[in-house]
Amino acid sequence: MEYLKVFLVGGFICVIGQVLLDTTKLTPAHILVIFLVAGVVLGAIGLYEPLVKFGEAGATVPISGFGYALSKGAIDGAKSKGVIGAFMGGLEATAGGIAAAIIFGYIMAIVSNPKTKS
Amino acid sequence: MDKMTNKEYQKYAEKKIPKPTYFKNILYAFIVGGLICVLGQILRNILFKYGLDEKTVTSATSILLVFLGSFLTGLGFYDKLGKIGGAGAAIPITGFANSIVSPAMEFKREGFIFGVAARMFSIAGPVLVYGVSSSIIVGILYLLLSKGR
Amino acid sequence: MSIKRVGKQTVKLANPPSIIGTASIVGPKEGEGPLKDYFDIILEDDMWGQESFEKAEARIQEEAIKLAISNANMSPNDIEYLFSGDLLNQIISSSYSARQLAIPYFGLYGACSTMAESLSLGAMIIDGGFANKVVCATSSHFSSAERQYRFPLEYGAQRPFSSQWTVTGAGATVLSSTGNGPYITYITTGKIKDLGITDANNMGGAMAPAAIDTISQHFKDTGYNPNDYDLIITGDLALVGKKILLDLMKREGYDLSENYSDCGIKIFDGVEQDTHAGGSGCACAAVVFNGYIYKEMMKGNLNRVLLIATGALHSPISTLQGESIPGIAHAVTIDKLVE
Repeated sequence: MEYLKVFLVGGFICVIGQVLLDTTKLTPAHILVIFLVAGVVLGAIGLYEPLVKFGEAGATVPISGFGYALSKGAIDGAKSKGVIGAFMGGLEATAGGIAAAIIFGYIMAIVSNPKTKS
Repeated sequence: MDKMTNKEYQKYAEKKIPKPTYFKNILYAFIVGGLICVLGQILRNILFKYGLDEKTVTSATSILLVFLGSFLTGLGFYDKLGKIGGAGAAIPITGFANSIVSPAMEFKREGFIFGVAARMFSIAGPVLVYGVSSSIIVGILYLLLSKGR
Repeated sequence: MSIKRVGKQTVKLANPPSIIGTASIVGPKEGEGPLKDYFDIILEDDMWGQESFEKAEARIQEEAIKLAISNANMSPNDIEYLFSGDLLNQIISSSYSARQLAIPYFGLYGACSTMAESLSLGAMIIDGGFANKVVCATSSHFSSAERQYRFPLEYGAQRPFSSQWTVTGAGATVLSSTGNGPYITYITTGKIKDLGITDANNMGGAMAPAAIDTISQHFKDTGYNPNDYDLIITGDLALVGKKILLDLMKREGYDLSENYSDCGIKIFDGVEQDTHAGGSGCACAAVVFNGYIYKEMMKGNLNRVLLIATGALHSPISTLQGESIPGIAHAVTIDKLVE
């Protein structure tokens, strides 16, 4: 049941992205930014939180969940440390994922080469 | 040909483009995206078993999924997943990793400074720029609004 | 005092230069396509032993030129001019291949129209009496073009149905003032046509107006009509461009449905090979012309061909800035025999 909810929420978020891709001229890069900012905004006004409670990883694994984490971190930071916290909170909350992407990206670039698509 | 205005031609040419296979694309995006999230949930559950707290588990799950996305990109598998899954492969955080690793690999021949490192964020950079900026705005707005109360 | 011009945009060559040797080299994917038996060399590995896709492309072009020259029983020393171009920034592949060949070199940029552009200029130089032997060549490479114009290879993006697949390969033609044909007889040089298409994934739609303009101008200038040709073939309009071309040519009063084809459609099996609308790239028209068309003419299956290579002359920057795509099309008539 838990996994079904995750599957449905995660799948549904991706379907919204697919519809945007297929019906507009937006590229995946545009979609990523739109979803991320949507996550930040929905997180800030408290609409993303219920989705996370319901869908768990289904709501946190998509890039909108990354946006939610950023805004939640910024708000938490602002609560505890004021303005400086608003600056630090977002990146603090998401530091793991970003740092991982940088280091793994670098390692992969060193060890493997791109292959022509077939 | 000369009878057509640019606007008319653009409309006309647009009509000649075959439509995407909407249903298939949506179905695959749903399945691929959903499954990646389920994988994330499985990782979360395993990490919770080790007695880690919520914050650590969330970060660790992101790190593991980013690793997976990077690794599959390096193996040359993620582009194939993206071709099938479309947004279902792009929107999960594994797709974010793919958007960082793929240009880093691609531009290796241009060197490790201007190639790998500089190009690494050619697709994902905007995500960080808009994400971080908007989160700071949210934090400051929160301060302003809560002070006002 | 130009005595060789007919009509507005066409020249009729007084002493039609003869094609005396051709070569076509293609990558592995093209080598699995419907035209595989017509190519001289099919690469097993599209890196061809080089360190980068760019170097591989330069080598493919260089080897195609050398092979065409040797197929003409000549050596590079016998060639007076090289006309070549490619898709990469500052046509670097062509300059690198020309560096190895030591032939006086004119670098051309006509994007995917380069094959017809180089044949036009080469033929006019010979007919003008400025040279006896020239070689015309062009190349493209899927992976070097992809990274310049689109996304990294390992990036998981879906390609829309209107998108085209850049052909990996190179084609070269040796033209001579003497020879037994086939001959270049007419050249119609195209004007830029830009009807405001900005979508770089719809190059067929962007280039079709240029092809339509050049083909109808060719008929007006020469007085010929579509039935005078065994084959009328565009460079890389692919499926979307083909639909537009056939439809709009009909509205102009020319029915091409009998003998029209497109190199981008012929080179791949769109369904089996998942190339969506079809092939594109400089090499598309180049390998189909130097492989398929030339060999079919030599066999006697085709006697008169109108090749219209089409080019989408946008740059990665113009696309990002949302500017529209200038299209070009150059037509060349190739005759098996001349009177």
